[in-house]
Amino acid sequence: MKQSIFTVISNDALNKNVYKTVLSGDTSDITSCGQFVNIKLENKYLRRPISVCDYDENTLTVIYKVVGSGTAQMSKYEKGKKLDILTGLGNGYDKTLSGDKPLLIGGGVGVPPLYKLAKDLITDGKKVSIILGFNTKDEVFYEKEFKELGADVFVTTVDGSYGIKGFVTDAFTDDYSYFYTCGPEPMLKAVYAKTDTSGQLSFEERMGCGFGACMGCSCKTVTGYKRICKDGPVLTKEEILWEN
Amino acid sequence: MGKLSVNLCGIELDNPIIPASGTFGFGYEFADIYDINILGTFSFKGTTRQPRFGNPTPRIAECKSGMINAVGLQNPGVEKVISEELPKLKKCFSKKVMANVSGFSIEDYAYTCEKLDKEDIVGWIEVNISCPNVHGGGMSFGTNPKSAAKVVKAVKKVTSKPIIIKLTPNVTSIVEIAKACEDAGADGISLINTMLGMRIDLKTKKPVIKNIMGGYSGAGVFPVAVRMVYEVANAVNVPVIGLGGVETAEDVIEMMLSGATAVQVGSANLVNPYTCRDIINDLPNVMEKYHIENLRDIIGGVNNG
Repeated sequence: MKQSIFTVISNDALNKNVYKTVLSGDTSDITSCGQFVNIKLENKYLRRPISVCDYDENTLTVIYKVVGSGTAQMSKYEKGKKLDILTGLGNGYDKTLSGDKPLLIGGGVGVPPLYKLAKDLITDGKKVSIILGFNTKDEVFYEKEFKELGADVFVTTVDGSYGIKGFVTDAFTDDYSYFYTCGPEPMLKAVYAKTDTSGQLSFEERMGCGFGACMGCSCKTVTGYKRICKDGPVLTKEEILWEN
Repeated sequence: MGKLSVNLCGIELDNPIIPASGTFGFGYEFADIYDINILGTFSFKGTTRQPRFGNPTPRIAECKSGMINAVGLQNPGVEKVISEELPKLKKCFSKKVMANVSGFSIEDYAYTCEKLDKEDIVGWIEVNISCPNVHGGGMSFGTNPKSAAKVVKAVKKVTSKPIIIKLTPNVTSIVEIAKACEDAGADGISLINTMLGMRIDLKTKKPVIKNIMGGYSGAGVFPVAVRMVYEVANAVNVPVIGLGGVETAEDVIEMMLSGATAVQVGSANLVNPYTCRDIINDLPNVMEKYHIENLRDIIGGVNNG
């Protein structure tokens, strides 16, 4: 974990409610795709945990949906804005278990953390397929970006206004070696039930600190109590208990 | 004796800064980012007789100038704290730690305190009779002078180390409770625990916290804490630890002027993990600004004239 000041390079709307912010700063503590950062906002007490979409030596990309006053505030930040950010939080995805043909499944704002994962897996020579699930056409984002990485991309919309009509589980193929997913909990449950390989699921929970101190985001797993912020947000399929 | 040092129940602290229980775990998350031996001490995660998962999530809510938590004393239980957490803590912390204990019956409190009293690394035992987030225990002991005194007596009987009783502000007269604890043998009083609070999500019309209510803490409670520390410190002869919304070196000085011998820092650790380090670094400059030679000289030094 590292606390440092980042500077906004760009902040653009991807659709009506989803924004992409690129920041420059010290990313040396970000060690894996699937981790998150915790951002301090003016006049807000708690930091806002946001998943890492992409990063390199000195830039960080986050994509977030405006859901409340904090994210609304973030959406208005302009180039040059300085932000106090904790980086290197959470465990991230374990890429070593992917096999040759990993399947990635993202729903809504669960899509962003899969971007750097897809990039890394493709760099490692894996054949990556990804299913991007949204409610409707207007919400779709990052289809082109995943295609440009070289992934096989399938888009689903619940109302059928774009791509395959239905849920992410309606776009499944049988031919995958392992899965990685991130999205709302009902989607994670459906993916869990549908998949017959092992895989990793990234969870969301309201957090206090984001670095394991407050026990605000605990969940029960097969291997005991885990903190989503520190022991997660990524859990393996085998350790999940759905009673939470 | 350095100019920041204070004496807490017979044990010298290099400085009065103590991360509050529940915001500092068992120290390791913070030991990864700074040397926690710079602290006066810290109060470790509230420990109970049995392991506890705590309350269902969401357990956290954002508020103006603070937060609500309803963690509900998640901890591995006293046996595991002693066999697993304390050995790990000893590797990164060479000072005496403050053990924080909660319970659901008088017997629970006595059992857990007796076990922790035998641990070398434990310097003080802070007995939490003020957790608002558990039913059938916790705060119910701290809202009545008689039951508070019963806990103190039972714990004192089985321990040799200083016993500090942590009080809730959710009472009509905190002074009455503090006096009852002192009369029953408490060696110190810490206050305030969180204030019972609630938030509602306008979109869903549901409480933000799954447990409906939780404890409000953060900068917003600071003036209430200063007032209560002032009242209690004027009513008892044992040392008082002040906590509630402390974020800066200036807050520490204000809390000490109101009567605190030492000061705990809670929620601020969760927002800025370096808060306690920064306060300790800032204290000498802020003392100079206000012409304070030694911190211990200002305890209870508010000028009422």
